[in-house]
Formats: sequence, C-alpha cells, structure tokens
Amino acid sequence: MRAVNFCEACGKVQPPAPVDYFAFFGLPRKLNLDDAALEKDFYQLSRKLHPDLNSQAGTQEQEWSLQQSSLLNDAHRILKDPIKRTEYLLKLEGVELEEQSKTATEQARSSGEAKKQIVPPDLLEEVFELNVQLEELRMQKKIGEDDPALIEEIGRQKLELEGKRDALLHELQGHWKMWDGMIQREQNGQPVSEEERKYLCDKMVDVLNRRNYIRNLVRDVSEALEN
Amino acid sequence: MATDRIVGIDLGTTNSLVAFMQGESPVVIPGDDGSNLVPSVVALDENDQPVIGNAARKYLTETPERAVYSIKRLMGRGVDDIQDELKFFPFHLAEDLQPGEVIRIRLGEEKLGDKTFTPPEISALILRQLKRNAERFFGAQVTKAVITVPAYFNDAQRQATKDAGRIAGLEVLRLVNEPTAASLAYGLDKKQNGIVAVYDLGGGTFDISILKLHDGIFEVISTNGDTHLGGDDIDNLLITIALDDTLGDLGVDLRRSGEAVQAIRNAVIEAKIALSSQTLVKLDVVLPGGKRYLREVTREQFEKLIQPIIDRTIGPCKQALKDAGLKPEQIDEVVLVGGSTRIPKVRALVKELFHREPHTDLNPDEVVALGAAVQANILGGGSEATENMLLLDVTPLSLGIEVAGGVTDKIILRNSTIPASATQFYTTQVDGQANVAIHVLQGERELAKDCRSLARFDLKGIPPMAAGMARIEVKFLIDANGILNVSAREQRSGKEAEIQVQPSYGLTDEQVESMILDSFDSAEEDFRQRQVIEARNEADTILAALDKGKKSPAWGHLTTDEKKKIAKMEKALIAVKAEDDYQAIRKAIDALNQGTTRLAELMMDSAVSTALKGKTMDEADMGEGPTAPHPMAKAEFE
Repeated sequence: MRAVNFCEACGKVQPPAPVDYFAFFGLPRKLNLDDAALEKDFYQLSRKLHPDLNSQAGTQEQEWSLQQSSLLNDAHRILKDPIKRTEYLLKLEGVELEEQSKTATEQARSSGEAKKQIVPPDLLEEVFELNVQLEELRMQKKIGEDDPALIEEIGRQKLELEGKRDALLHELQGHWKMWDGMIQREQNGQPVSEEERKYLCDKMVDVLNRRNYIRNLVRDVSEALEN
Repeated sequence: MATDRIVGIDLGTTNSLVAFMQGESPVVIPGDDGSNLVPSVVALDENDQPVIGNAARKYLTETPERAVYSIKRLMGRGVDDIQDELKFFPFHLAEDLQPGEVIRIRLGEEKLGDKTFTPPEISALILRQLKRNAERFFGAQVTKAVITVPAYFNDAQRQATKDAGRIAGLEVLRLVNEPTAASLAYGLDKKQNGIVAVYDLGGGTFDISILKLHDGIFEVISTNGDTHLGGDDIDNLLITIALDDTLGDLGVDLRRSGEAVQAIRNAVIEAKIALSSQTLVKLDVVLPGGKRYLREVTREQFEKLIQPIIDRTIGPCKQALKDAGLKPEQIDEVVLVGGSTRIPKVRALVKELFHREPHTDLNPDEVVALGAAVQANILGGGSEATENMLLLDVTPLSLGIEVAGGVTDKIILRNSTIPASATQFYTTQVDGQANVAIHVLQGERELAKDCRSLARFDLKGIPPMAAGMARIEVKFLIDANGILNVSAREQRSGKEAEIQVQPSYGLTDEQVESMILDSFDSAEEDFRQRQVIEARNEADTILAALDKGKKSPAWGHLTTDEKKKIAKMEKALIAVKAEDDYQAIRKAIDALNQGTTRLAELMMDSAVSTALKGKTMDEADMGEGPTAPHPMAKAEFE
C-alpha cells in the first residue's frame, strides 16, 4: 500500500499528490518504525524519482520529479528521527508543542521577553542549583579564573541530565506502543474513542516538552563549558 | 546513447578542465596546446581581444592591469566581501559600484569606453575556451555541460556560475559540488562501500564533505568549508613577505607596481611548488628597474609561515564530523583534492585529523573534472559503467527568512538532502495590500545581519482583501543544483503570485540575456577571423618555402610544364589570400601543396646528400630539416 509516485508499469514519474509523509512511504500512522526498511525504501524511491535519473524525460515529468524528490527527502528526514517523527504525527493530529508554537514565538519576539518554558516539577531543585553554578562559572571566566572543581561538578551534572534526556526517549517509546496498538485496532475496524486519542497525544506532548526542556538545558551547559 | 555530448567542467580558481566519459572511464580533453589544464587567466591583447589560458599568462607580468586571475573569488560577491582579495589583484574595479550590486571590472584603458566585465562574463570566456577545446576534439558542437562548484558556495555564487555557463552558450544541466564529484571519480574507480571524507583544498576555496557510498549511491551526510581559503592565501602571504623584504632591504615599495607584484607572485608560486619536493628553495626575482630580489626559503620556514592558514581547515572538518555524528575512526577513506593538498604539511594535518593516511592515487588536479564527466554521463541517460550510480547531495547552509526583530527563522536546515522544500504562510497587514516583501538569508547565525542575504522577493498581485484575510502559501524549494526556487499562491483566490527577485550580487535574467547575444556575435566573428588569420599564415609559409625552392638546384630539374602549373597556383593563392574567405585560401594552399610534391622530393634528396657530405640542415637551407615530412607542409605553430 504505497502512494503512487511513479507508475510500476512504465516507470514514469507521476504528478505529486498532497499526501502526508507516512502515506508517501505507504506507511500507517504508527510510531514504531523499521529503520532499515525505511532506508531501503528511501534509496529505492530516490532511484525512481530523482531529477538526475529523469533528465531524459519531458519537461512536465522533470518538474514532477523535482517536486516528488523534495517531498521524498523531506519525508525521509522527518520520519527517520524518532523525535521529529513523533512531533510530526502530533502535528497531523492537530496538536502543537508549546515550544514550536509560532504565535508564542512571535509574541515573545515582539514583547522582547523570553518565551515561557515550564520547568518540569521534578527538576526544579536541580535547575535552580545548576543555574547558580553556571552563573558562578560565567563570573569566574570574566575575571579569568579557573575552578576545576566547579567545572568538574557542572560536567557531572550535564552527564546526569543527558541520562535523563535519553531516559525520556524510552518513556516516549512506551507511549508509542500504546499508540500503535490503538492505530492497529482502528485498522481492524474496531472503534477508537476521541478520549483515548487525546489521552495518548497529551502523554506524548508531556514527554516531549520535558525532553525539550532538558535538551535545551544541556545545550546551554555545553556552550557555557566550551566558551 | 545521447546524440548531444554532455561534458563535465571543473571551473577552478587556478585551473579549469573539461572532461567526458569515454567508454568505461572519464577522460580529460586537452587544449590545442596539448595541455589538460587551462589556467583560469583572462587578458586583453593589443587589439583588445580576449586571450584565455596559457596564452594569457604572459600578459599578467607584462600588462597586469589588462589581466584577471582567480576570478572565482569574485563570483557572487559584492565589493565589501572582496577587500582582502583586492590587495594584490592588478586590475581595477568600476568606480561607481553600489553595495549589493554585482562587481564590475575595468580591463584596459579608457579607449574601451565604458566596457567593464562582470565576474560571470570573465568566467564565461574561460568556459567558452573549454567548449571550443571539446568541440575541436569531437569535431561537433557541444551545448550541454555539468559544471562543478565548491560545496560551500552559497546561492549567489551558484547562480553566478550558472549565468556564466549561459553566457558562454552552454546549457548547464547540473551544478555539482566539487567534493561530491571527486567522490564519483573515486567510487567509479574503487567500487567499494563505506564512509568517505573528501578534503578539497584548491586555489581559493576549501571544502570538506563526508559521504556514505553504497551500491552506487553517493549520499552526502554533511559538508562544511570556507570559500575564502586556498592556495592563493598562501601565495599572498609569501608575496607580502617579499614586499616587506624589498621595502626593508632595497628601500623600494613595490606595492604600486603591478608588474613587480606579478613577477614576485610567479616566483613565489614556483617556490611553493618546489618546496613540496625540496627542502630548500631560492627566490630569485628580477624586478622592473633591474634590481634583483634574492631570498632562500627552507621547508621548515615555509611550514611555520603557512600553519595558521592550513589550521583554518580544522574547524570545518570537526564541524562536519560533528554534524555527521561520526568520529574520525569511523571514516574508511580520506580522499585529497586540489593542488594545495600536495603540500606535505597539509597531508600531515589530514593524517592527524582523520587518524589515517589519506588516499592519494587520484590526480588532485583532474579528479573533480573526471567526476563531473561521470555525472554528465549519468544525466545523459547513463551507460554500463554508471547504471547504478546516483548522487544525493545536501545544501551546505541553512536557509532562513528575516522576521520581526531582525532575527532569522530557519526553514531548511544545513545538510538537508536536496531537493528540499519548506512552506510558509504569509498574510497582509493592511487592507488591500497588494505586495508582500520577503527577505531570504543563508547562514547559521541567529541575527539576519550576521547571515548572508540571498535575495529579496516581492510577492505581487495579491487580490485586494481586508488585512489579515489573505493566506499566501510560499513554497521554498532548493533544487538539485542547490539553488533556491520560490513559488507563491494566494490560497483563497487560488491566484499564483508574481514573484520579482532582486538577487544580491547577481545579474537579472535580462542582463544575462543581453550578455549572451554579445558573446555569441563576437564568438562567431572571432572564430571566423582566427580561421582567416591562420589560413593566411599558412599561405605565407608555403609561399616562402616555394621561394626558397625556386632558388634551390632542385628547381632546375622540373619540366617547363611543371613550373608553369606551379606559377599558376602560386598566383591564385596570392590573390585569394588577400580576401576574407578562409576556406578558399585553404583550397588554394592544398592545390599548391599537391603541385609542388615533386619539387619537395627533389629538395629532400639533395638535402640528404648534402648532409651526407657533412653539412648541417641549416646550411642546406632546408628550413625544418629532415624531420619535416614535406618542406612545404604546414608549419607547427607552438
């Protein structure tokens, strides 16, 4: 079951249809994905759709080939990354993460304030302590001093945070299983409630928000340590 | 098989090449001087005619203000970007250049009027030379080409290259990134799967690309580089030292003298090249005015001097590895590209960075052109050698839109496989607003002012609506050449918005069109003129040889009839030589050649017997001597 981007019989590129990335690869909207199969499909479709291999075709086909292969590349890029894939699916379901919200970004820019990011409650204490340490580090660097103990401590905290960030991916994958089960039931013709849908979406949004927060924190710490 | 031959062209900073796929392997097409490399040098001769390549090099030292080299460094750039380069360039820029405008160069004196050249026009002259070399080789027209560009070239630089192709009369089927092209040549040769890093240090640009090769697919994972870094910078460093030296020792400031700087430049380049195989070299430059500049340079001193320059390649390499999510140990092979990679210190640096000996089997000067030829073959429908091959390249720089607050909103990230696209929605601020302005940028920085301005788009023709009602879908598509295409549609009315592009540092379509016509007219005329001149030169040679023949003892052995025939042909040739029809001249030359065959044989015999008597060929008045097959044959022009 694959979106028809090229004709199996004659091999010619077809006009691109407005499909989502899952449908493009002929995949159901499940979050667990066979990475190797996706890669194989990607290469196979590239050979069919890429402009380089369609340069002998007519102008219309060449135009379609350009559209199709950009769609292919965009779809592959999003689907092969577990986080991007989840975010994309949620977007298809009409849910937006607070970080991605365009309106929030625009409001923040025009008001000049930092975007509000909710600190995950279980991290409140840690984040507070870390911010104090980072401030200390910045002050030291300004006057040219070096405190190896402090740097080591911050480095250790960073490792711990990275561990938490990676653990959240596991938590997310737990929700994937639930989601995929629901999709399978839907495919089998069984009824699926709006509540269940919303519940699972909310769970995943929550994990992603927490993970995003930690990811940004890790990035800030890395930058502070490097400079 | 394609009826139109598609060639692969490496339009390099220092040298350019043209190649094509000959059966199983790519092959470089030589020029009529037998050389595979065409120096990327353009000059105007005494008659204000363009001279390209090796023939142009002498003008660099004799009349440097009428010559241009390393034009690639000016492609797609503005006058503010090239201040560094300008230090040693002997030519002048047009006085009235505005920021954001394409650069214009003035070659020669005012008598040329307002004739200035833009970088694409200069590059087009080089491309035209390569086109002619290929046409001469095939005996047929060449109108399609694949041209390579540094992977790190931005949109404006790529567009400038495409424009140059068009001006030269070439349909540029694809722009290919240089490291990727090199990997094609390498992969065709090795046919192995694995992860390959291509380290490309040329005359003006540096690229590092990391690719995954498997089953014929060449997939770029990440790429990075510096388009302001190359062998030229090493040269300029040495030139600066020489100029400081001469100022200190000889009390002469030679910076003003174009001839002196170019003479020093030649010597410095020779020395640099020599130090790759020697550990000591002596600079010996005769300066205008007779003074001599002498200086010994050891390899050790040289390496110390250039260390800061080659160290600038470390950052991009580390970033490329980081973006690829790879450690140096995971790279299977490092391929070296570009003349500057012959420097031992560069090889040592590469070995240190990637923890392995680099692969040096391929000719670093030719490998990019050969790879371009492979891609040309693929685009032409492929052949047995290339039937499984496909290139998947990436865009090197993030694409962004300027939004409120002077911030860049990235819509396509760097190292995204191309073709790639992003869609954005815009609306109007004011009732009845008919235009929306979009500023597109390339780069990784947060603020728009720190990124590279790619172009300003004006979406026109939005149907009149209340403010905020219009829903304009703008699609940004980076094509397989790495160039941005924009299309827009107002969704409520379904109307396609008209897009007007103001390219930064570039030429508009109309400007390119006008340049093509100019170029074509003069090309045809140039070609024809050259044929006439060459034919006349040959006619002169054969007439001079005939004169000698008449004075030789062999002449006496001819019959009256033969002499009459020869006289008739000689007269005909003299008559037609005065006219413009080169084909008629050639016919007359052939006729005279035929008619004097016996005379030539007689002269040959007498020459041989004279030689046997102990005289030299010169004394026997034979001109070219026994190695010439026919004393009245075509002269070999060097």
